[in-house]
Amino acid sequence: MGAGHGGALTARYLPGTSVVHRLEPHAKLVAVLAFAVVVVATPVHAPWAAAAYAGYLLAVLGTAAVAGVGPGRLARGLVVEVPFVAFAVLMPFVARGPRVEVLGLSLSESGLAAGGGLLAKATLSILAATVLAATTEPRALLRGLQRLRLPQLLVQILMFMVRYADVVGSELHRMRVARESRGFTGGGLRGLRVLAATAGALFVRSYERGERVHLAMLSRGYTGSLPTGPAAVVDARSWAVALGLPLAAATVLAAGMLLG
Amino acid sequence: MCNKVDAVHVPDGFLDAPTSLATGALAAGTVALALRKARTELDDRTAPLAGLTAAFVFAGQTINFPVAAGTSGHLIGAVLTAVLVGPWTALLCMTAVLLVQAVVFADGGLTALGTNVTLLGLVAVVVGYGVFRGLTAVLPRTRTGVLAASGGAAFLSVPAAALTFVGLFALGGQVDLPIGTVASAMTGVHLLIGLGEAAITVAVVGAVLAVRPDLVHGARGLLSAAPLEDRRPVAAEQAR
Repeated sequence: MGAGHGGALTARYLPGTSVVHRLEPHAKLVAVLAFAVVVVATPVHAPWAAAAYAGYLLAVLGTAAVAGVGPGRLARGLVVEVPFVAFAVLMPFVARGPRVEVLGLSLSESGLAAGGGLLAKATLSILAATVLAATTEPRALLRGLQRLRLPQLLVQILMFMVRYADVVGSELHRMRVARESRGFTGGGLRGLRVLAATAGALFVRSYERGERVHLAMLSRGYTGSLPTGPAAVVDARSWAVALGLPLAAATVLAAGMLLG
Repeated sequence: MCNKVDAVHVPDGFLDAPTSLATGALAAGTVALALRKARTELDDRTAPLAGLTAAFVFAGQTINFPVAAGTSGHLIGAVLTAVLVGPWTALLCMTAVLLVQAVVFADGGLTALGTNVTLLGLVAVVVGYGVFRGLTAVLPRTRTGVLAASGGAAFLSVPAAALTFVGLFALGGQVDLPIGTVASAMTGVHLLIGLGEAAITVAVVGAVLAVRPDLVHGARGLLSAAPLEDRRPVAAEQAR
C-alpha cells in the first residue's frame, strides 16, 4: 500500500512549536467551538455589532499571529466561503422591510445588516477553524474528538478515513495521469462514462483495500477497539491559555451588551 | 455549475441557536442509530470499510464530471453511497466526510455541523434511499431497473435537501426573506443540480455493477433473482 503522502489532508497542517501548537487538541476544539458560539450569539441588528465583529477579528488575528499562521494561509482558508458570499450579497436585494438608497439601488435595511452580519460571522468562524487546522494534525484532532466523548466507532471510522484519504486521493491522481497520458480530454457524454468508470474503479479499490485492512487488523488481534495511550492530563493553566480566544470574544460581547 | 459547496455546508451564524440545537440533536440521534444499524450491514468490518468508503466519497467529490451541454458537476454522493454500501453505512460515511470537512477544512461551521449532517446525511440519504427502495419495488428487477431507481433517487435527494434547508431558514433564518420566492428559486436551481447528480450516480453505479455487482448493496436482489440457466449444449443433441 505504498502510496505517496502529502495530499490535501496533510497539507492543512503547518508544523510548528508555538504555544497554540502545543495545546491539547481537545482544549483547542472546545475553544474554537466556544468562539463560534460567541460569534453566532452576537445580535446582527445591534448598533454595536460592527464594533464587536472588529473586536473578534482582532482576537482571531492575534491568535493566528501567536500560532505563526500567515495571512496567505488564512486567506486560502476563506475560499470555502465563496458560495455564501453570493448568498449574502443577494440578501439586501431580496429581503423585506424598510428600504434605503445606496448608490441609486434600493436596498433593504435589515437585509444589509443581515447579509453583512452573515458574512462577518462566517468569516470569523472560518478564520478560527483555519488556525485550529493549521496548528493541529488531523490525527490529533480526532484524538481530541475522542476525548470529547465522540462515539468510539465513529472515531475509528474517522481515523481510517483520515489515514486513507490521501492514499485514495493519490490513487485518483494516478488514474488521472494514466487517463490523460492516453489522450483523454474529457467533456461530453463519453467523458462522463470514462470518469464514471474511474470513480467506480476507485470505489472497488477503496472497498477492497478496506477488506484487506480489516484482515490485517484481525491478524494483529483487533477486537473492535483501537488501543490508545493514556490521556494526557491538562492542567488549569493550559485550559486558561486555550480558552483565551473565546474569553476575549465573550468580553467583547459582554462589553457591547452593557455599553451598547 | 459547482454544486458541491452550493448544496450544503451551512456556515456558522446562518441559522439561529434553537434551530441549530434542534438539528444538532436530530443529527446526533440519527448518527447514534446509524452506528448501531451499520453493524447489521457490515458487522465488525464497519470501521475499516466505512472509513475507506468515506475516503472514497471525499476523493470522489473532487472529480469534475461533465454533465450536459458544456456544464460540469460535482458529486454529493449521498444516494451513490447509500446504493453502494447501504443507507446506515452511507449515513456514517457522509457524517465522517462532513466532520472532517468542518474540522480540518473549516468548510461548514462547527455550530452548524448538526444542520449539515441533517441536510446531507439524514435528508439526502433517507429521502434518497427511500425513493430508491420505492422505485426498485415498482420497477423490474433488472440492471436497468436498479440504475433507473438510483437515478430517480439521486435526482430527488438534492431538491429535498435544498427544500429542507429553506424550511430551516424559514424557521431559524436571521433575515426576513420572502420565503416563497427563495423556495422556488432554490428548487429550480437544485432540480438542475439534481439532474447532474442523477447522471453521475447512474454512471458510477453502472460502472460498479459492470465489474463487481456483488459489491452494490442496492442490487442484492438482482443477483438472487437471476434465473438459473442451463447452458449445456442441448441444442446440438436436439438437432440430431
